[in-house]
Amino acid sequence: MTTYLRECSVVFRRQIRMNLRNPAWVLIGIMQPVLYLLLFGPLLKPLVAQFDTGTTNAYTFLVPGLLVQLGMFGAFFAGFSLIGEWREGVIEAERVTPASRSALLVGRLWRDLLQLLVQATILVGLGYAIGMRGSVGGVALGVLITLLVGGACAAASNALAMATKDENVMAPVVNVVMMPILLLSGILLPMTLGAAWLQHISDFMPFRYIVDAARDAFTGDLGSSDVAWGTAWAVAIFALAMWWGASVFRKENA
Amino acid sequence: MIEARGLVQTFHTGQGKNKKEVHAVKGVDLDVAEGEVVGFLGPNGAGKTTTLRMLVTLLKPTAGTARVAGYDVATQPVQVRRSIGYCSQVGSTFSGAYARDEVVDHGMLYGMSRKDAVAKGQELFEKFQLDGLWKRMNKNMSGGQKRRLDIVMGLIHSPSLVFLDEPTTGLDPQARANLWEHISGLRDNEGATVFLTTHYLDEADALADRIVIIDRGEIVASDTADNLKANVSGDLVSLELSSDEQVSIARDKLASISDDVHVDGRSVSGRVARAGKAVPGLLRDLDASGVGLEGIEVIRPTLDDVFLTLTGRSLRDADEADAPETDSPEGGAM
Repeated sequence: MTTYLRECSVVFRRQIRMNLRNPAWVLIGIMQPVLYLLLFGPLLKPLVAQFDTGTTNAYTFLVPGLLVQLGMFGAFFAGFSLIGEWREGVIEAERVTPASRSALLVGRLWRDLLQLLVQATILVGLGYAIGMRGSVGGVALGVLITLLVGGACAAASNALAMATKDENVMAPVVNVVMMPILLLSGILLPMTLGAAWLQHISDFMPFRYIVDAARDAFTGDLGSSDVAWGTAWAVAIFALAMWWGASVFRKENA
Repeated sequence: MIEARGLVQTFHTGQGKNKKEVHAVKGVDLDVAEGEVVGFLGPNGAGKTTTLRMLVTLLKPTAGTARVAGYDVATQPVQVRRSIGYCSQVGSTFSGAYARDEVVDHGMLYGMSRKDAVAKGQELFEKFQLDGLWKRMNKNMSGGQKRRLDIVMGLIHSPSLVFLDEPTTGLDPQARANLWEHISGLRDNEGATVFLTTHYLDEADALADRIVIIDRGEIVASDTADNLKANVSGDLVSLELSSDEQVSIARDKLASISDDVHVDGRSVSGRVARAGKAVPGLLRDLDASGVGLEGIEVIRPTLDDVFLTLTGRSLRDADEADAPETDSPEGGAM
């Protein structure tokens, strides 16, 4: 185990070193949710009371959704940098070392999760600054759910990158996957506002439960069944994506 | 150090009706002894890189077995990886990273401490004339410097066997010559066995103790460059006679040491194994028979002549006709 963690940390340090050379990317990555918060949030103020989501504070409603969005969108692009490394022979060079092949993935995920944590902290801090309310424990659980979602998306993105090895294939696949998730998860507006058929479709979207769980956590309703279901979905998706990513990285001819 | 029996790699291309089975490697047997420098020669698409990728555990053989550094590639891949160094044809370092970071991190993935990796890395930088580039970003290095850095990466953990996949592809002649010197020194200075793939004839000729020729997924010859040239192709001996009457005598005399004699006017030529030993006797015979020569030429064969004899086509023609080295399921990489 010690050897495995050491290998993960070598990969993590290498990745984080490269990120620190371009810190602007961390800020660019958070621009989209910040713009939503600052420019879309005020539009919700007169409407949020009608949502019946346990809060009348527009930012307490919006920030959990934006966190999940940040976890999904930010992490799903992790695979693009992996393709760049693969093209330069870095991945192959790592794969002929005795290091565990899943450590090559996990070390990169640590980097993605740290980056996501920094971005989530900035977003939550900004939310508090402009009027969001939420208990520390609830917000921490919301951020934890975000990290699970982000870890899952980063693992899936890396697995997809290893399988396709082509940005031109990755980009449309990511778009096709992300758009329905974004539209059917109630990230910006609750699905309960929609027609019955739309709600029925969104019932099959696990990310909807994850967004609901993050919102309930922010409003302090930590014991709700929504929190339990959403957290369970987040854990399940994380486990599934990790299994996929690790199996792709372990494959002899991956 | 390497013992492969019946290595096979088959993969599929295309989808649906266009799905096609490609036999990239068709039962390769290979033996490499400790301390040897072996050149694995063949045109693009011959199966060189695919064979090498199976030996370095990047690709699982479809069939057959291979032991590398004493370990089975299928059942003991981690032990194989610990024992070998590998330099792929696309490189091994990220252009936006510093050379020292890439080398030290790579060493640490082999279980080396940071201190040991730094010390070994700096020692190798000196040996490979990369002094002063320790803190340089890789994208600011020349092609030759990058290839030497790749070799340093492959040697950081002091492996007993080094695989070099087309190490000089894309380099200018000066950088190639410089890299050859370093590759030649791998065995003498690092004590390593070297297995290198190449499609450059002069490279295999200059560097390898033994040359293994692969074509269309099959080994077609394996011997020293001299033996291949002498036994497979032979030297071309060309006699220019002073009179037409002596042509038939000269043809008969040359036929006594060559199976392949051609006459063209007053020119008589034939392939002779080890002409250096045979030609003095031939000259004595011709002189004793009163045959006057206006000139004699002995042309040493090239490995291209050997390839032509073995496969019926020139290595250069094969290179142009075949697809680029995308003969592995992963397009020559990972």
